Amino acid sequence: MKKTFKDKLSERIFLALALSSISALALITVFIIIQGAPIIGSVGIFNFIFGMTWAPSQGEFGIFPMIVGTLAVTLGAMVLGVPIGICSAVFLAEFAPVPVRNMFRPAIQLLAGIPSVVYGFWGLIFIVPLIRDYLGGPGLSILAGSIVLAIMILPTVISITEVSIIALPRTYKEGALALGMSHWQAIYSVQLPAAKSGIVAAVILGTGRAIGETMAVIMVLGNAPALPRSILDPVRTLTTNIGIEMGYATGDHRQALFATGIVLFILIMTLNITAQYITRKKKQK
Amino acid sequence: MKLSTRSGERIAKILIWTAAVFVLAVLLFIIIYILARGIPVISWSFLTEMPRSMGREGGIASAVVGTLLVTTVAILIAAPFGIGTAFYLAEYTKEGVITRIIRFCAESLAGIPSIVYGLFGFIFFVIYLNLGWSVLSGGLTLAFMILPTIIRTSEEAILAVPKIYREVSFSLSATKTQTIFKVVLPSALRGIANGIILGLGRCIAETAAVMLTAGSALRMAFSLFDSTRTMAVHFYILAVEGISMENAYGTAALLIILIFLINVVFNALVNRFVR
Repeated sequence: MKKTFKDKLSERIFLALALSSISALALITVFIIIQGAPIIGSVGIFNFIFGMTWAPSQGEFGIFPMIVGTLAVTLGAMVLGVPIGICSAVFLAEFAPVPVRNMFRPAIQLLAGIPSVVYGFWGLIFIVPLIRDYLGGPGLSILAGSIVLAIMILPTVISITEVSIIALPRTYKEGALALGMSHWQAIYSVQLPAAKSGIVAAVILGTGRAIGETMAVIMVLGNAPALPRSILDPVRTLTTNIGIEMGYATGDHRQALFATGIVLFILIMTLNITAQYITRKKKQK
Repeated sequence: MKLSTRSGERIAKILIWTAAVFVLAVLLFIIIYILARGIPVISWSFLTEMPRSMGREGGIASAVVGTLLVTTVAILIAAPFGIGTAFYLAEYTKEGVITRIIRFCAESLAGIPSIVYGLFGFIFFVIYLNLGWSVLSGGLTLAFMILPTIIRTSEEAILAVPKIYREVSFSLSATKTQTIFKVVLPSALRGIANGIILGLGRCIAETAAVMLTAGSALRMAFSLFDSTRTMAVHFYILAVEGISMENAYGTAALLIILIFLINVVFNALVNRFVR
């Protein structure tokens, strides 16, 4: 194969496109850190992360209640969403009749495509009153946020889990069946353990989505920047802190919101890298 | 022992079916809940009239145009970069350090929350490049956001093109460039189009990132430098500030219908007309 001038040129162009695409990550990291780091420096990293009061007008920037809020809402979403997601994925991969499967997949795609504000709105007018009337409290609560997020992470959990089950060599299942296992035993003691790393990655990526979601939770969490005492209390998360106040913040206040963004960014990148590490290790095996 | 396994199996099966039915039921419930209240609001005048008194009355024409403009900018910027990156990954490199770095960046970008894209877009496009709250800032921010989606789907589509196509092309003494543009690109077009459609859907649905970068002006945007609000942002403001529940339902229903059309009809069209 000969390499003409045109070939060299197009290779250069494709390389340039690729390099500018990945420079996006560097650009985002640098600009967020430049904006947020100074305020962390002046408040002190310990006071910023473990500070209990968020009062921008008095120059107090402590985000501990929001870190707790983020973790609580995310944990709730995982507890509710992950079992349902994994069961649905097993259903799709192993039990669903073909016509049902053909209907289910686009439905999941649609579920993933619906704007997050619509989920938030539905949570606000349907879930929140339900909680207020039957469980008490203001309704705007950790529980409401967890329910809405549990639904929103389903597409991520279902599709990645399903793919990792389907991707297993057919011989795994056939071998198990040949050994006299029932279909369910094959799923439970051979296929699910073999797909474990994919399922773990699905859960981690789902967690990332839950932590990063903003608009849906703004509408149902109540947004009080204080430590919650129960799952029926309103909370504020890292994302909603930015989403609510960014519209009017200036000066130190704005910088503190970028600093909140740094904490969020680090949290998400840790999850991302873990998920990538797990899936890569699986590929090498 | 045997009996208990069997009844355990039955319970497991029931659980799995219940979970699947539950997922579909929730999806249907949310969609019907919104559509039943929103579709009666949608009319020709709702689509073509400007919003009046903050959106309490009138239609959503400027938000429809805003969505269209911001989304178009995002796709026009993200598509060439995303597809180019995918071609570089799939056609020019062997698995190595460079591909690993590119893939790491693309996967990391995919996981970054939209609010962080919003923060970045605000400080970089709106403030640093002095583009202000505008169609351009919003579109560029969304382009960053959908870039990883387009890279991944395009790369998969390119890798799915059988090796033999390239070998035949080379054996007919075509150059690499000719092979890529005349053989690989047409065969991968369907997958690439699917990726762009996916990106399009994400742009239309996005709220946080555009609100911080395109602003929330209600008037009609006439240039790339005008501030605008997209339908998703308009819906959010109507609902959260309690301006008009009726118009909020209408806008939400329109968004769901749009996403549905993009997902289902576009996919079908692409599958039909592109090889």
